[in-house]
Amino acid sequence: MTTDTVPTRQRPSTDGQPLLRLTDIHSYYGNIHALQGISIDVFRGEIVTLLGANGAGKTTTLRTIHGLIHPKKGKIELDGRDITTMPAHEHVRVGIGQSPEGRRIFSRMTVMENLQMGGYSRKDKAGLHEDYERVFDLFPRLRERRSQAGGTLSGGEQQMLAMGRALMTRPTLLLLDEPSMGLAPILVEEIFAIMKDINRQGTTVLVVEQNALMALGAADRGYVLQTGTIVRSGDAKDLLEDPEVQKAYLGG
Amino acid sequence: MTTAVQGSRSRLPVLDRRWLTPIGVVLALVGAFLLMYLGSCSTVGAGTCDRFSQGEDQFINALTVGGMYALIALGYTMVYGIIELINFAHGEVFMCGSFVSWGLLTNLGFTGPISDPLLLAGVLVLAFLVSMVVMGVVGVVIERLAYRPLRNAPRLTPLITAIGVSFILQNIIFVGISNSFVNSPQIIPNPLLELGAIHIRLINLFVIVLTLGLMTALHLFINRTSLGRAMRSTAIDRDAAQIMGVNINSTIALTFFIGSALAGAAGVVQGLYFGVTQFQIGFQGGLKAFTAAVLGGIGNTTGAAVGGFIIGFIEVLASTYGYGRWSEAAVFTTLVLVLVFRPTGILGQQLADRA
Repeated sequence: MTTDTVPTRQRPSTDGQPLLRLTDIHSYYGNIHALQGISIDVFRGEIVTLLGANGAGKTTTLRTIHGLIHPKKGKIELDGRDITTMPAHEHVRVGIGQSPEGRRIFSRMTVMENLQMGGYSRKDKAGLHEDYERVFDLFPRLRERRSQAGGTLSGGEQQMLAMGRALMTRPTLLLLDEPSMGLAPILVEEIFAIMKDINRQGTTVLVVEQNALMALGAADRGYVLQTGTIVRSGDAKDLLEDPEVQKAYLGG
Repeated sequence: MTTAVQGSRSRLPVLDRRWLTPIGVVLALVGAFLLMYLGSCSTVGAGTCDRFSQGEDQFINALTVGGMYALIALGYTMVYGIIELINFAHGEVFMCGSFVSWGLLTNLGFTGPISDPLLLAGVLVLAFLVSMVVMGVVGVVIERLAYRPLRNAPRLTPLITAIGVSFILQNIIFVGISNSFVNSPQIIPNPLLELGAIHIRLINLFVIVLTLGLMTALHLFINRTSLGRAMRSTAIDRDAAQIMGVNINSTIALTFFIGSALAGAAGVVQGLYFGVTQFQIGFQGGLKAFTAAVLGGIGNTTGAAVGGFIIGFIEVLASTYGYGRWSEAAVFTTLVLVLVFRPTGILGQQLADRA
């Protein structure tokens, strides 16, 4: 699956302007103050992971970035541009693609139609065909099942479809929400390997995970969320060795 | 006697699944015709009545009326599919459509059949275009003013609003135009055409071709175009559609436009075929079309079309057998039976949405 032959990956620089910057974000989920002033930076080329237990606010963070929830307070910038109040459907056009929690594929549409939905906002026909091929190369099983209804796929295939669909938006920033959820360990490894491939091909990745070990193993940096606030952040390696993190998330 | 045939050729021609639907449709149509045939002449003395041609007449009548119900049912099912609202004002959109066409035709000075084929074609195109566009816009306005502000309200709220909108539309026609029946010009001449063994009147042929044409166009639009995919994806998962770049508001507005335009077309058919309209026809027409949508499986456009024709056949069958006054009872009994034994309708969703 790893067709890329780039031997070593340069650690992306964390100087200068971040690709994505969240500053003091407060979001509400109904009446619940779900995000209580979080700040996150993601730099171009990085894989950043957002860890935390159920209900810590991980998905709310991604939904806020994507404009599905608008924060009551705070600022979201993409490449220096303020996108805090931008409607959700415009985010694909500025380069944000997402594979949402629970995959959310269009069950009654075929695999191909799901991918076409990923390319919905794009007009470049040639580029689209190139990207279908790219997705089918990354996930050969989707090519086999292209005319099958999305709802008939297995969990792992649905995750692949959700990621492929997100890639069809040709994102500069890819948001992945719990790609490992409900998958067998071997599939989890496969999904993470593909995520690293996608990143090596030039896409910045922000991945939300409960599987902290896998996520920190793949990421450059990480943030740990606890009931709506960031309690730890730093290099993925340091977080792996942090006793607090080990105790809470790594069963150490 | 042993003939060596290659493995692939020796297989018996197994019935391909693709043929099941067309075969089913043909069987259903033949069955419906048989029922019509057997029931014909039951109300008049035998001997004076030609059963075959009577049965044929009724069959074509059922296709025509069924096509009209199907056009209305499509709007119910599309709107339900995308925002899970039973748009009870939809029958009124159909009724208003019949008045738009009535107003247009009478103001242009037409009172009866137009014999010049070119003029007739031109006037028909104009009538359908105007009624469909006007009602499409009315549908969009209704959604914008009455339903969008309530999109996140409990389900019952927009339902009651829909009933309110339906009264408003009825009253606009009642007060503004007529509190009684108005005669709508039947501009299509009425010769009996002979197409091989089939005897059909021009108006019936026109309505059947028109409804099948509009249904095909809708089917292609929904399944083959980018906007159609956007509509389907919005119906399945609104948030997921949004993160793919679909503008939910304009997609829902588009759905209302198309559904209401189809009801507008059905309104024109009402005037042309029955020659009469009234401010209350939207209630019954709407209720029957709603039944058709539920019968076919609400949210499913093919189901709505099939359901429309079934309702047309049930209604006409009832009068063929001399129970014309019971036709409504027959229609709604069918609805109850379907809801009891197959709540998802004939073509209802069988594929569960997996998490």
